[in-house]
Amino acid sequence: MNNLFASIMGWVDSRLPVTEAYEKHMSKYYAPKNFNFWYFFGVLSMVMLVNQILTGVWLTMQFTPSAEAAFASVEYIMRDVEWGWLIRYMHSTGATFFFIAVYLHMMRAILYGSYQKPRELIWIFGMLIYLALMAEAFMGYVLPWGQMSYWGAQVIISLFSVMPYGDVLTEWIRGDFLISGATLNRFFALHVVAVPLVILGLVVVHLLALHEVGSNNPDGVDIKKLKDENGKPLDGVPFHPYYTVHDLVGIVVFLMVFCTVLFFFPEGNGFMLEYANFEPANGLKTPAHIAPVWYFGAFYAILRAVPDKLFGVIAMGAAIAVLFVLPWLDRSPVRSWRYKGWASKLYIVIFGFNFVLLTWLGTQPATVTLTKVAQVASVIYFGFFAFLLIAPKIEKTKPVPERVTGGH
Amino acid sequence: MTLGMKKIFALIAACVPAVALAAGGNVHLEEHRTDLHDTASLQRGAQAFVNYCMGCHSLEHARYNRVAKDLDIPEELMMDNLVFADKKFGELMTIGMDKADSKRWFGAAPPDLTLVARVRRPDWVYTYLLSFYEDSTRPWGVNNVVFKDVGMPNVLGHLQGRQVKGTAPVAVGFDTLTGQEILEEHDDVLYLAEEGTLNEEEFEKLVFDLVNFLTYMAEPMALERQSLGWKVLLYLTILLVLVYLLNKEFWRDIK
Repeated sequence: MNNLFASIMGWVDSRLPVTEAYEKHMSKYYAPKNFNFWYFFGVLSMVMLVNQILTGVWLTMQFTPSAEAAFASVEYIMRDVEWGWLIRYMHSTGATFFFIAVYLHMMRAILYGSYQKPRELIWIFGMLIYLALMAEAFMGYVLPWGQMSYWGAQVIISLFSVMPYGDVLTEWIRGDFLISGATLNRFFALHVVAVPLVILGLVVVHLLALHEVGSNNPDGVDIKKLKDENGKPLDGVPFHPYYTVHDLVGIVVFLMVFCTVLFFFPEGNGFMLEYANFEPANGLKTPAHIAPVWYFGAFYAILRAVPDKLFGVIAMGAAIAVLFVLPWLDRSPVRSWRYKGWASKLYIVIFGFNFVLLTWLGTQPATVTLTKVAQVASVIYFGFFAFLLIAPKIEKTKPVPERVTGGH
Repeated sequence: MTLGMKKIFALIAACVPAVALAAGGNVHLEEHRTDLHDTASLQRGAQAFVNYCMGCHSLEHARYNRVAKDLDIPEELMMDNLVFADKKFGELMTIGMDKADSKRWFGAAPPDLTLVARVRRPDWVYTYLLSFYEDSTRPWGVNNVVFKDVGMPNVLGHLQGRQVKGTAPVAVGFDTLTGQEILEEHDDVLYLAEEGTLNEEEFEKLVFDLVNFLTYMAEPMALERQSLGWKVLLYLTILLVLVYLLNKEFWRDIK
């Protein structure tokens, strides 16, 4: 049996480098042995991506992408399709947990300086995935054709009207003079075919770039510097089997949280499936409070914090754009926050919680008080990046050890 | 005003002070303690819906046979009592009323109610149905506290009786010495000027059942979802033990 397997693999390998790829990316890919909790969220994003693709395929089988039938077809899936409700809730809850995983994955990179040289491209590809994911989620939320699908799309698409040739541009995006079945149909095509292809391609290059330079770790130590006589990093372990079995634990715990929400709080208290979205889209009836789904909250809060629409859109765009250049803003000689000064440590923690606060603010009605809070939080958000520029000048870093610390 | 009527006022006002308009126009909503396990309540709710609501409101995403199955109603009983004559058992619960006609009659076409409990939430629907009051300025002679100037007539009015809004005594607390209720005159309180064919308790129960049914209707798989959830979590818990041990075994040698 083993001989048969070996000869089949030999035949394949001389035509397609399967074993070589397996070794390069799995069994001989050396990852630092001190990965902690934060290092689960890469693989968890992947699990959610697979969840979204599989459930998405099955939803597509029953969903009708037209303004007349979309809403009813979603209810048909929820009521008449065998296990349709489960597949739909897996998809809608999956969107939320995809973003949770991605946000924590990004926070990990900020904590441990994973975007610093030589991992700038990994970060850039990651940001492009995030950007594509936002487009994907936005268009996906339009498809059920509820009130928030319609009016959320109305708000987001109107943002483009502040740009030069704004009217032409928004008309081009909608495919109509207002949001209509034409918009729904093109969003369906983009959501189901175009953007997932882009995301998958970006995930591949994200991982290829990662495996080219190797994984960072909580100490920000370069494990390739110290190798044993066989040329294996002293602080590294083969990804497979060590991190595959390790990730399984994280995946199961994550799925437990995921399933708790999916089976017991599928509406996420109105943050995931908004109550108003159970009412069919009606272009003549504007809801009193149009709120984005939670994962866009932070940027929506920044948009509304600026009193002027044009500058609001610019601020929102800048809030996302500034993340792209993060590798060049962080001038610290050390990667991990463990070896940065106390001011850096404090601001990183504040930045994280501030983002959570902005996210919440974006889902709330813009009262006078909350708008003031959002303005302060926006300044704290942008201030972080300015701080990164000056931090090396005002604080001393601690020496980074030769070998990784902690872990197993 | 007779003494009997006064007594009714005080009684009603003491029982339902919460339906009063709070300051600032925000309406306090009565809590609907939804119980999807109470099949008898759901059955009564379904019956009430077909009797009182379905003349104007459809449940266009739901099917009769699904309701019968979920609510343990035998097919024959369902067909005889709850399914409109021209409908088949497996059909959607649509209605014959033309939307253009109903828009002319009521100012707005009566909405489909399949998902109303998800859109408005059960508390709102429950309070809404209890909060009609007489208002001669409105076309149907009634207005509603939680849905101002609503186009809907008070369909349940003959059951509830004549509810009016005005000044009435409201219980604001208990006298700590005597244990008696302290009554205060409040404006904008709903009270019954005349009882209907049901007494207050019966009426509230009817509305409760109706909203219970609508909550089931909005997400008919809710109970199935929860029971499957427990099984999935149990499975994952067992799996967690296994993968934890597997991981521990592999990492034993790594210093």
